[in-house]
Amino acid sequence: MAKAKGAIVVDKARCKGCGVCTTACPTKVIELAAEVNGKGYHYAYMANPDACIGCSNCGIICPDTCITVYRAKAGATA
Amino acid sequence: MSDINTIIKPENLTYKRTEVLSDNDLSYCPGCGHGTVHKLIAEVIEEMDIQDTTIGIAPVGCSVLAYNYLEIDWQQAAHGRAPALATAVKRLMPEKNVFSYQGDGDLAAIGTAETIHACNRGENIVMIFINNGIYGMTGGQMAPTTLPGMPASTCPAGRDVSHDGEPIKISEILAQLPGTCYVTRQSVHTAANVRKTKKALRKAFENQKANKGTSLVEVVSNCNSGWKMTPVKSNEWMEENMFPYYPLGDIKNK
Repeated sequence: MAKAKGAIVVDKARCKGCGVCTTACPTKVIELAAEVNGKGYHYAYMANPDACIGCSNCGIICPDTCITVYRAKAGATA
Repeated sequence: MSDINTIIKPENLTYKRTEVLSDNDLSYCPGCGHGTVHKLIAEVIEEMDIQDTTIGIAPVGCSVLAYNYLEIDWQQAAHGRAPALATAVKRLMPEKNVFSYQGDGDLAAIGTAETIHACNRGENIVMIFINNGIYGMTGGQMAPTTLPGMPASTCPAGRDVSHDGEPIKISEILAQLPGTCYVTRQSVHTAANVRKTKKALRKAFENQKANKGTSLVEVVSNCNSGWKMTPVKSNEWMEENMFPYYPLGDIKNK
């Protein structure tokens, strides 16, 4: 049985690159990008998208609330 | 292999930004706990469906601009006077949900008198208290809550308790007053703690609806700029140093 699969969408322009989401992620999906956004911050992105379980930890801990989380029902994706 | 575009669909949405938060970018430093607490208040307001009837009282400090970030009615008080203003608003409009939002310099130093007397009168308000052990906005000066030995811009060698006294545990003091119905200390540095803090805020607003008295929710938070650390490191430092002195959990619940 496959784990629930998830995905996140980061509002790059709003992200301040604090990195708190990288520590909150239980499956080490998120890293800070080498590039910077318009404010000069290394924004968060899904470096390891296959590992995402859609737990929402990153979304709820993000101080700037710039992460949206999606979670597919188990078995819904092949 | 899964394609994330098959997952990013409206029916799979599990977490999104609440609409009680405004579109403005927060003025806080990266990783600051203020943003997380703002979001939790906004989510509680949304879940309780009280956006039209909630009035926040903003303090002096970094969060003086809180009125830019939540789409509710606000007043902004003189330094430390948020509980007094909250008292006035709640007494004039008892049907409204009123909360004050204050830092440790505001609530536990400059506004100590207002804080203690509002709690002693048992004003039917919610007080949200962000404790980062420092005066964040003005440049990291020592606050009454600064830990023993903790450096600050006005005590670069660390707080000397023989000269400055021990840090004040204001929540424990307020819990002894008969007017408070709920006093709790939480944090927002891990996802589990964020969920607990949200429950505590919900309970505080429910207490106000039930006319139970003053509810105080303290959130031990970081000030990574003032502490001169990265956001992640400041959360670790907080866990190692702040929590032994400011233990998390309910202090009073009646």
